[in-house]
Amino acid sequence: MATRTPTRVPQKSPPSSFFQQPIHPGSAISANDFSVHEIRRILESSDALEKENPFRRADRLARRRVALLFYESSTRTRTSFELAAKGLGADTTLVSSLSSSIEKGESLKDTGITLKALGAECIILRSPYSGAPYLLAQTTGLPILNAGDGMAEHPSQALLDLRTILQFLEIPANKVSEKSLRGVTISIVGDILHSRVARSNALMLPKLGAKVILCGPPALLPETAAAIGPGIIIERDFETALRQSKIVMMLRIQAERLSGLEINLDDYRSRYQANSDRIAAHAPKALIMHPGPIIRGMEITADVADGPQSAIAQQVHNGVPIRMALLVRALVGAKKVGRR
Amino acid sequence: MTPKPILIRNGRLIDPAAGLDAPRDLLLRDGKVAAIENPGKIKAPGADVIEAKSLIVAPGLIDIHVHLREPGQGYKETIATGTAAAAAGGFTTVCAMPNTIPVNDTPEITRWMQSSDRGASIRVFPIAAATRGSLGEALTDYAALKEAGAIAVTDDGRPILGDDIMLESLRAAVKLGLPVIQHAEDTRLTGGCSMNAGPLAFRLGLRGMPIEAESGLVERDIALLKQIPNAHLHVAHLSTAKALDAVRNARNQGLHVTCEVTPHHFALTEDRIGHYDTNAKMNPPLRAESDRVAMIEGLLDGTIDAIATDHAPHAAHEKEQEFDRAPNGITGLETALGLAIRILHVQHNMPLAKVLALLTARPAQALGLKGKGSLAPGAPADIVLFDPAEKWLFRAAASRSKSKNSPFGGWELQGRVRLTISEGRIAYHRA
Ligand SMILES: [Zn+2]
Repeated sequence: MATRTPTRVPQKSPPSSFFQQPIHPGSAISANDFSVHEIRRILESSDALEKENPFRRADRLARRRVALLFYESSTRTRTSFELAAKGLGADTTLVSSLSSSIEKGESLKDTGITLKALGAECIILRSPYSGAPYLLAQTTGLPILNAGDGMAEHPSQALLDLRTILQFLEIPANKVSEKSLRGVTISIVGDILHSRVARSNALMLPKLGAKVILCGPPALLPETAAAIGPGIIIERDFETALRQSKIVMMLRIQAERLSGLEINLDDYRSRYQANSDRIAAHAPKALIMHPGPIIRGMEITADVADGPQSAIAQQVHNGVPIRMALLVRALVGAKKVGRR
Repeated sequence: MTPKPILIRNGRLIDPAAGLDAPRDLLLRDGKVAAIENPGKIKAPGADVIEAKSLIVAPGLIDIHVHLREPGQGYKETIATGTAAAAAGGFTTVCAMPNTIPVNDTPEITRWMQSSDRGASIRVFPIAAATRGSLGEALTDYAALKEAGAIAVTDDGRPILGDDIMLESLRAAVKLGLPVIQHAEDTRLTGGCSMNAGPLAFRLGLRGMPIEAESGLVERDIALLKQIPNAHLHVAHLSTAKALDAVRNARNQGLHVTCEVTPHHFALTEDRIGHYDTNAKMNPPLRAESDRVAMIEGLLDGTIDAIATDHAPHAAHEKEQEFDRAPNGITGLETALGLAIRILHVQHNMPLAKVLALLTARPAQALGLKGKGSLAPGAPADIVLFDPAEKWLFRAAASRSKSKNSPFGGWELQGRVRLTISEGRIAYHRA
């Protein structure tokens, strides 16, 4: 019988019965939450906040209450958010599964409601579950800053990576536009499948005109990865990717998320390790980045991680100003941070 | 006490089993269809008269795949609330899956589910577990289960993976004329998965179930079916084009394979997940647009035997969790008819009689529900009256099910049930 062309059913539908609250516009959950205009604002704001007199700065969120809700361990991201909040004068409280301050068996919704009742005005969430920040945003109505959710996203990391890249290319924040990174190729290398950093960067960088190469073996980088957004291609050969790249982001293999996947680590090292010979031969001028934690001798050798091309310390440094900008955006609003 | 006779007047009677679509009056007496005549012909003094002008009068709908959650999980649904929701959706017969607590693997539980103490407002046919505890190891007692009222066997939700045990099951079932229903999912390929595999799963950072996990098991089952003459395999909630092709081929080879598809698999795609909406999480998962289109084609060309809801109620606190942690399943009894009419009839020009066949005669035939799904005189007085043109907004909060986990809240549906009569008794009436 003849095949009829089906009409597409409208997929747009109102929120489900139980997700009552709209997502607070000050939230930062996905790299796709930001227009280019907003990215520029956040970068400008982070510059202004970084330069500001610390005493004045500590007035900006004086006595505002920020909760850090961490269901996964994290040194770098947690400390960075904490310093950012304290630098702005906010009161912070850390609720972590490791210190077992999260009530046993309590749902994310109930924990969020409890924190809100205690006066939290913004929650910074790290969760092993992809999409958890949306649930927390919809059940509390508070601005939620995503400090990493499962394999999904890590938008503040993408913003601090962007700040690092722009500094390297000497592009000032006020010049950020859809064309800023035109002609710039950025390779993200390694365990893309399990990396929320890779996803957020791959979504954000093409907005500014960059070409993103995802590089890794099929087991850690499925073909479908290229379809997540525009401006993304897949290259299996690390050296081919290196030769095209001004920026190279190395990722670790996330052993804790492999779930039965078998990876031959010697083979992986031989193909995808950033070592000094390989970098000198194929990308002698590229900026080498890594979101951490680093596994030295695995995806990157010590001499490269500590060498002159490495931006690893600068990335960590950029975390605080970016997160200050996100906190101000969440608690004060999106308007430009200026002199008061 | 037997209810009074009911005379339904001036309706448009559609009985797909009889090939009838015409204005007819209908008299119900003693729980059975007593007479069907041209309008004005039936004289029945003392009968309650129901005016059905501009309404369709059809055999009560049949849903061969529901989870009523009793025994064991009455906080999600009970047989009473589940059948009340079914009646509101126009159903007069539902087949209840055995993944209860405990699993329905004994004649005692099978009988318990059918006891009048359960307060069912329509007919419930239990489907019993194919293996003890649905553990896939040892067969249950099919003869005793059939004797107790089970109409098929399945380990729904826990697919039968072992070749030997599947063969044993088919062999035991064919002797009794029972279908073996398979939830076709090779769980060796779906560990930790919560949605369909593909670009969207990658984007959302969720692990995806490959299409082959469904089609591979359907193909395996069909290969096994060839070894056992006359055995009957029924594929539950088929969701992929590839598995549908396997069913089509098997049927062309003369094998007894039947299958069902859910309204959500012809209404929605994985895009409905949006920001990790757990009301779009079910198993099998919502698939890509090409699979959705294939389901509609399969319904149009007749390969698919039945629309079945896989009604799977869950409490709000269970669904209000992170996507990976939330249980699979959505409610479906009150939205099935309105979705089928809106999508199949209005958008794809499927004649109403054919839509109704997929909800009445064909599922009855697929699972051998004798006497059900037709309005011949003498048949059980299972009737639905609905307005095929009425558009209405579905509100999950107003559902008669104990649970409200539907992805169709706020949807405009077409075709609204006015009255449901089950074996001569009014099971649902909307004033
Ligand atoms: Zn199932």
